[in-house]
Amino acid sequence: MNDTAQLVQYILTGITVGAIYALVGLGYNIIYNVTEVINFAQGEFVVLGGLVMVFMTNTLHLSLPVGFFLTVSVVTILGALMDKLTIEPIKDANVLTLIIITIAVSIIFRGLAMLIWGRDPYALPAFSKAPPFTLFHAIIQPQALWVLGITTIVVILLSLFFRFTMMGKAMLACADSPEASRLMGIPVKKMVLISFVLSAAIGAVAGIVITPISLMEYDRGALLGLKGFGASILGGLGSFSGAVIAGLILGLIESLCAGYVSSGYKDAIALIVLLLVLFVKPSGFFAGKRASLKKF
Amino acid sequence: MLFLRSVHTYYDSIHALKGISLHVKEGEIVTLIGANGAGKTTLLKTICGLIKPRKGSIQFYGEDITNLPAESIVRRGISLVPEGRMVFSTLSVEANLEMGAFSRRKDKNQMKRDIKNLTSRFPILKERMNQLAGTLSGGEQQILAICRALMAHPKLLIFDEPSMGLSPILTKEIFKVIVGLRKEGRTILLVEQNARAALQIADRGYVLETGKIILEGDTEYLLNHKEIQRAYLGKGYREVWEE
Repeated sequence: MNDTAQLVQYILTGITVGAIYALVGLGYNIIYNVTEVINFAQGEFVVLGGLVMVFMTNTLHLSLPVGFFLTVSVVTILGALMDKLTIEPIKDANVLTLIIITIAVSIIFRGLAMLIWGRDPYALPAFSKAPPFTLFHAIIQPQALWVLGITTIVVILLSLFFRFTMMGKAMLACADSPEASRLMGIPVKKMVLISFVLSAAIGAVAGIVITPISLMEYDRGALLGLKGFGASILGGLGSFSGAVIAGLILGLIESLCAGYVSSGYKDAIALIVLLLVLFVKPSGFFAGKRASLKKF
Repeated sequence: MLFLRSVHTYYDSIHALKGISLHVKEGEIVTLIGANGAGKTTLLKTICGLIKPRKGSIQFYGEDITNLPAESIVRRGISLVPEGRMVFSTLSVEANLEMGAFSRRKDKNQMKRDIKNLTSRFPILKERMNQLAGTLSGGEQQILAICRALMAHPKLLIFDEPSMGLSPILTKEIFKVIVGLRKEGRTILLVEQNARAALQIADRGYVLETGKIILEGDTEYLLNHKEIQRAYLGKGYREVWEE
């Protein structure tokens, strides 16, 4: 493998991983946009997506589309339950209390996943049977294209939803001022529920598409969540396009660092970037004017 | 159209409203005056369903709305222009207006017509249609908050301190708008600290003090009442908008 091929290889790996960080970051942003809560169980949704899909395809031998649909449904229901059982019942909770609750929920999810699936990593077959192909002498897994394609679709659908539908705009209004939203007749609790459902669904999708490439085990959530959080902070909390760009950048930095420096430092990179952003520009680099009007 | 009968509201253990009874008739401007902490905003939030009263009843067009959630009360035709405007600062002006019509969102065409009517009436909103509401000036935000409330086609429009934070000239503008809305046949409940301005446009008034209504009557009567003049009007002091 020559130098160019190597570079292309690193870049492609980075973009693929970055797309997953972007999806996790989007999950954070949806819930944040409605509630101003950072849901630290977001990474757990990804893990559950991967592991439930393993159950659907490897244990139940369901076909890919059916398994995909059922997995997303199951994780979505878990997301809805999380809101109904742990977020909604808390009366007059401030944002910080709710954030700590999400950390508790993430620990519960992780524990349950360990009890059910054990500590071993699981693999999934790739979506398409096509063999890897080469581009500039670099080897590309077709699954990487699935990851990128599905991420793109999710991002487009989300942007359209929040920009053009009454429901989407009402969700943003809830984050802005729950009280004013209620005065407009917007059912705030329902909007929060929808945000958890959407985030869980997106997390599940991320887990399903990445597992064939990088395997999945019960305790991946924390690190995935942290890197996704890095993406959403770097992109400016709440900004969808920001999270996508930042996720890809984070993935690229990580992959290039693993390739040219040492793979041992790969996980540290995301954290260093996160810290730097928080020191230098906590409102993120790709956020619009909207971010400056937010409370924090 | 609106009847409150001995409404008691508590914030935890604080007895904020101690048996409020009042009524608003169709086509009236009724004002509620009182000092800071008298319970004006609490009363309005109770009417709109944001806080539930512990005792008493609220009726709207003969229907008991005491325990309805805020969402249902909007649909029945009561809209509040909240204190401090509370526009959705991270949404565009247009989206703010759309959100005002959330309770009637099924009728998209009517919504578009309403936005058109409001923007031709308040051209400033038209210019700012795609701007984020948080970037508007205080007066513009107040206009937006009023228009947002109008989008729900309210029968009763409640204003909570519409003059707060506005210059005297803008306050005058906003009061003109309120009078104009009444001329269109809307019923208005106006809460103001600026008692003189409020009494000048209202038909009747109530005076609220520490959770109780201590005085009520025609504005004429209230304006000439010695105690009101002393406590709320600053007798002998002329306000800018009287000219």
